[in-house]
Amino acid sequence: MSGTELTLGKAINAGLRRAMENDPKVLVMGEDVGRLGGVFRVTDGLYKDFGADRVIDTPLAESGIIGTAIGLALRGYRPVCEIQFDGFFFPAADQTFTQLAKLRARSEGRLSLPVVIRIPYGGGIGAVEHHSESPEAYFTHTAGLRVVTVATPEDAYWMIQQAIACPDPVVFLEPKRRYWDKAPVRTDGSVDTATPMGEARIVRPGTDVTLVAYGPMVKVALHAAEADTERSIEVIDLRSLSPVDYDTVYESVRRTGRLVVTHEAPVTSGLGAEIAARVTEACFYHLEAPVIRVGGFDTPYPPSRLEEYYLPDLDRVLDGVDRTFAY
Amino acid sequence: MADTAKPKATGKTGSRRRAARNNADSHFNGEKPEVLLDYYRQMLLIRRFEERAAQAYTQARIGGYCHLNLGEEATIVGLMEALQERDYLFTNYREHGYAIAKGTHPREVMAELYGRSTGVSKGWGGSMHLFDARTRLLGGYGIVGGQLPLAVGAALAITYRGSDEVVMCQMGDGTTNIGAFHESLNIASLWNLPVIFVVINNFTGMGTPVERSSAEPELYKRGSAYRIEGVRVDGRDVLAVRDTATTLVERARSEHRPFLLEAFSYRMKGHSVVDPAKYRTKEEAEEALANDPIAMFEERLTEAGILTDEIKKEIAESVKAEVADAADFAENSPHPEVSTLFDYTYATPVANESRRMPADPVFAE
Ligand SMILES: Cc1ncc(C[n+]2csc(CCOP(=O)(O)OP(=O)(O)O)c2C)c(N)n1
Repeated sequence: MSGTELTLGKAINAGLRRAMENDPKVLVMGEDVGRLGGVFRVTDGLYKDFGADRVIDTPLAESGIIGTAIGLALRGYRPVCEIQFDGFFFPAADQTFTQLAKLRARSEGRLSLPVVIRIPYGGGIGAVEHHSESPEAYFTHTAGLRVVTVATPEDAYWMIQQAIACPDPVVFLEPKRRYWDKAPVRTDGSVDTATPMGEARIVRPGTDVTLVAYGPMVKVALHAAEADTERSIEVIDLRSLSPVDYDTVYESVRRTGRLVVTHEAPVTSGLGAEIAARVTEACFYHLEAPVIRVGGFDTPYPPSRLEEYYLPDLDRVLDGVDRTFAY
Repeated sequence: MADTAKPKATGKTGSRRRAARNNADSHFNGEKPEVLLDYYRQMLLIRRFEERAAQAYTQARIGGYCHLNLGEEATIVGLMEALQERDYLFTNYREHGYAIAKGTHPREVMAELYGRSTGVSKGWGGSMHLFDARTRLLGGYGIVGGQLPLAVGAALAITYRGSDEVVMCQMGDGTTNIGAFHESLNIASLWNLPVIFVVINNFTGMGTPVERSSAEPELYKRGSAYRIEGVRVDGRDVLAVRDTATTLVERARSEHRPFLLEAFSYRMKGHSVVDPAKYRTKEEAEEALANDPIAMFEERLTEAGILTDEIKKEIAESVKAEVADAADFAENSPHPEVSTLFDYTYATPVANESRRMPADPVFAE
């Protein structure tokens, strides 16, 4: 196995590079992605190697960035847009929700929109409002967008390439507090042989309760599972948030009879609510307890000194597990 | 074709030339020495305050992000001198100096940066989100362009109430490229609203120069499509800023219409404390230092005989003490109570309050 050690951020960089090498139609665009290499340096070095026409420093204009990308995609390009932080996406919401997500349906499939929107998201780096949020539910609520997130450098490397190859628009959510996490990345093979980005993965088998997590919370979930000496916790890394690979989730829940879903985003109307509803419908007779959600509070993202209380941690996750056993 | 040349920075040579022509009085055209020294002191206070903030940030006493006003001191003091106390101010996230110059105590600003409950936003806003209803600072805003439509609304409220305040809305050069800028200028002009849009041109957004991001890099002209009169002023010159801004503010007040003021200056450091500004060439960094508005003003004041060594030392010491006091105050103030997490999301209690969410051992009562 050609396992280079890469950080998650560097793995996305390597994946972008490979996609750009393989397909001249792949373009990178965004604020300061070129000369500066992006705020998290995820596009570092691409400008030097691929030039200003393929790594485009745009003006400060999120709506313009996504809208221009749509136009490029309509004429055969595969733009990868970087939004600097989760909270800066919103000026581009109109183009994303009203055009990008809907053009394929509106044109009865005649138009293809292979646009990727990369967004560093989530908290945990001592940042503040606009720089720590988890907006995934806004995207998953919108039909026509695919939404994926990564938890490991290897997934980061492959899934960014799969997102670029995908004919649908993909919102690619990058857990910013994991950018510096390092792990071996297998780089041989191709996008077709890597695990498809739409599949969930059981990252820790268990028998007593299923714990679904994604992005930055996968690591927390794994720690929680390790820490629990009494119960055998099965951890699923969801990977694709829309569409969700429910087969994997249902199969697990039917074995364990219990489900806890965790995410950083506020619980109310979060992705956990959707998963809970579906599982209740599909696995009703297998459930020993209601589905429990563990997430952020229904408040704006708090100042940095309070974020440790806001973000669900190992204790909150295990408290959720406890609750499923209280029934 | 648009003239894309950067305004010529006269720097030290220029001021020396001017100084040589003028004796103390005519050089400052009858300005009161104590007023000039007050401007100098305010500028120095902002400078030292920001340096202290940078230090505290590096020592992890300040969380989040921290954008400094280093290099913009003359602009800030000049602009705030042009406003009346009753006038409103909206800014972007680079606003520590504005808050201080508008009248918030440096202690409350520093405490806010430290995220303490004695801060001007109770520790909830942080560096980018200072608010002070007392001084009519209606907010720093972290989203680029976020403050513009709000400033327009505040100006509309002034018009409805029939009062005579003016709104000043500050932003960076990069902000002129986002949709909210254009929507806001159009509305302000269409409805004859008393807003002064102030563009602080430091020639670069985060790392991208104005010429590579604005199709009209002469930023004061960017209001022309909306028939908004634009003026450019040397942001390194506190008196020029004050005089130009005063004219526009008073015209907005009496004529009920918006103006666009561009003030150029040089960013002394990176975009924020964490930015080493590697994208800048050595020449650009040196250029910034050569355009230090405080050094320039100091030189003029000294040559005019207004700033003596003794006064300079006195001011330096009092500013140093004030900043140290602000930092001590911040350091010794409490963090917000964890329970305040839920206090301000809604005006009234809501059903299914979030603190009673499942999996809530942290706040269980
Ligand atoms: C909508 C939005 N997009 C991106 C950002 C990230 N960002 C923060 S400051 C900045 C550059 C702004 O440049 P300018 O307006 O010139 O102000 P300066 O910081 O130079 O004072 C960027 C891109 C943001 N805060 N909001």
